[in-house]
Amino acid sequence: MRSHFLLLTLFAFFVSLVFALLAKDTPGEQMRFGGMMFVGFLGAAVVLGWLMYPFPF
Amino acid sequence: MRAKAVEETQAGSLVLLCLAAWAIPGLGHLWQGRRAKGLIFLVVLPLMFAIGLAIQGRLFPFELSDPLVGLAAIADLGIGLPYFIANALGAGAGDVRAVTYEYGNAFVMTAGLLNLLVVIDAYDIALGRK
Repeated sequence: MRSHFLLLTLFAFFVSLVFALLAKDTPGEQMRFGGMMFVGFLGAAVVLGWLMYPFPF
Repeated sequence: MRAKAVEETQAGSLVLLCLAAWAIPGLGHLWQGRRAKGLIFLVVLPLMFAIGLAIQGRLFPFELSDPLVGLAAIADLGIGLPYFIANALGAGAGDVRAVTYEYGNAFVMTAGLLNLLVVIDAYDIALGRK
């Protein structure tokens, strides 16, 4: 397993799942919070990746 | 006198609960009847820790001369019993040349830190705050 994106997605999934369970009590709230956090993780990674693209190192 | 004894018993069982919750991820929630959450923590956190080790993550030594390494070691230890099992099996040597080394460290340390949050959550439930 060497794909950075796959590892990033897996990491985001685990962390979002645990935080959703800790922060919210009902399944609906947990799904919403966890989903938003997961998408936020992936979105931030893509945006930061593109922002860093011009850097030479 | 009796109230003091009851308080001490409660404090003792809280300490025991927190120790159990730390040693086996999710046990604190299972103990208090939060089965679904407890089972998910029991599966997800050790799995995250194991994936981190499988992709060449490192279990950092307790080196006080290097504060960042020491803090990483504390984060690693947060996962509880799986840390000692991995140590006993000789896992966690880490390979700094591996492409996934930093990811592995992130998985291992985050699993430990998340387990510490789970312990705090179990403590809050025991106190009736949640």
